[in-house]
Amino acid sequence: MAGLLPLIKANGVRLITNMGAANPLAAARKTAEIARRADLRLRVAAVTGDDVLEALEPDHPTMETGAPLRSFGELVSANAYLGIEALLPALEGGADVIISGRVADPSLFLAPLVHRFGWSLDDHDRLGRGTMVGHLLECAGQLTGGYFADPGCKDVPGMASLGFPFADVDGEGNARISKLPGTGGVITRRTATEQLLYEVTNPSAYVTPDVVADFSGVTLREDGENAVVASGARGKPRPGTLKVSVGYHAGYVGEGEIGYAGENCVARGKLAGEIVRERLGNQFRELRIDLVGLSALHSRPMSNGKAHEPYEVRLRVAGRAPDEETARRVGEEVEALYTNGPAGGGGARKQVHEQIGIVSCLIPRERVTPRVEFLEA
Amino acid sequence: MRRKLYHLAHSRAGDKGDTTILTLIAYRPEDYPVLAKRVTPEAVRRHFAGIMHGDVHRFELPGLNALQFVGECALGGGVTVSLGLDAHGKSLSSALLEMEIETE
Repeated sequence: MAGLLPLIKANGVRLITNMGAANPLAAARKTAEIARRADLRLRVAAVTGDDVLEALEPDHPTMETGAPLRSFGELVSANAYLGIEALLPALEGGADVIISGRVADPSLFLAPLVHRFGWSLDDHDRLGRGTMVGHLLECAGQLTGGYFADPGCKDVPGMASLGFPFADVDGEGNARISKLPGTGGVITRRTATEQLLYEVTNPSAYVTPDVVADFSGVTLREDGENAVVASGARGKPRPGTLKVSVGYHAGYVGEGEIGYAGENCVARGKLAGEIVRERLGNQFRELRIDLVGLSALHSRPMSNGKAHEPYEVRLRVAGRAPDEETARRVGEEVEALYTNGPAGGGGARKQVHEQIGIVSCLIPRERVTPRVEFLEA
Repeated sequence: MRRKLYHLAHSRAGDKGDTTILTLIAYRPEDYPVLAKRVTPEAVRRHFAGIMHGDVHRFELPGLNALQFVGECALGGGVTVSLGLDAHGKSLSSALLEMEIETE
């Protein structure tokens, strides 16, 4: 904020962010304090109401499996995905900086479009197109060559100074997406297609708090260097429920790693894994044992054809336990392989971290009340 | 002729809970029909045996030369609780591109 606020003031732009996370009001207060210290007069809005922990019942079913919330033990958080209706009052109230808790990412981009163009909240096709724009922009560098580059077939220049994208949007919600000259990265039909469909479980029905967007008829047309015109999205009425992300204590995960190299390293890595499994198997409900370099990402090589014998592998063991002390044993057993395991084990590392699991449920829209609080700096 | 998808298409992986979403996009529009014919949901389910434990759905997007695969029960119980190194399944796009198809 110390870097952004002077630019916001100087250029007369407004910032909308859901980086308020668990405490948007504290984030807004801090932002106002930074503004005052820099002698900048700004209006800061905190958007809350996403915290619905008190509104959930123990028998509330979860979306993933239908299991009731009570089966996940002690809940630590429950945040509903708010939409543009939570942001619009802050825009109408003249806020220069709007800081929210959980708001669906595309809504952050759709809200200023609705505000500027005066779109009706039941103009589903325009909301669908604005949501398309938001979805394309929401991962920033993922539209300009990030999460895309593959040397030789998908080359991206200047990735160390990857330019972030922006959109020029017309009153219909169609957009020309580009980035500043002189920045790294690329915007092409290929980068835009990957991002348009990213994380979309049904391209004809992308559900947000604002609209059910239909991307199936979207066209992406290159319009000069590093520019793509996106059009053709449509929309259907928004659902009557909001999605809620519920956090719960999922225990502790202990991890340990150790490396083996040279001739027969795979066999030594596998032996090391078997030793740990024999020593820990009966203490952990779930133990994952992989060789990095061979099978850690996909549990087995996915290539057809010749077996791959890497020069080096790294044993990785992970186990979950209800308590930290038990979880710690994973790393300790792996470290013990230095002296009690196969030949030439090196570079052992261990760690333990608490795991917060997330499950989802739906809550009727009318049980969620967004609020806006303005702070003057 | 058998060809690896890597030479015909590019891919991006996304995630929602325990579901992986894999986009397959033909580099050349003329290759889209053979992808649509050969990279069926069944073929993808077989390729990911032991990884995708649930249903595999496919959406066809001919206007974008793209196929969208949605694989359920594919991320070790979900991004936030998986014991796997790649809990999001970000690298599953590369696994899809390792698949080989007959292109006549």
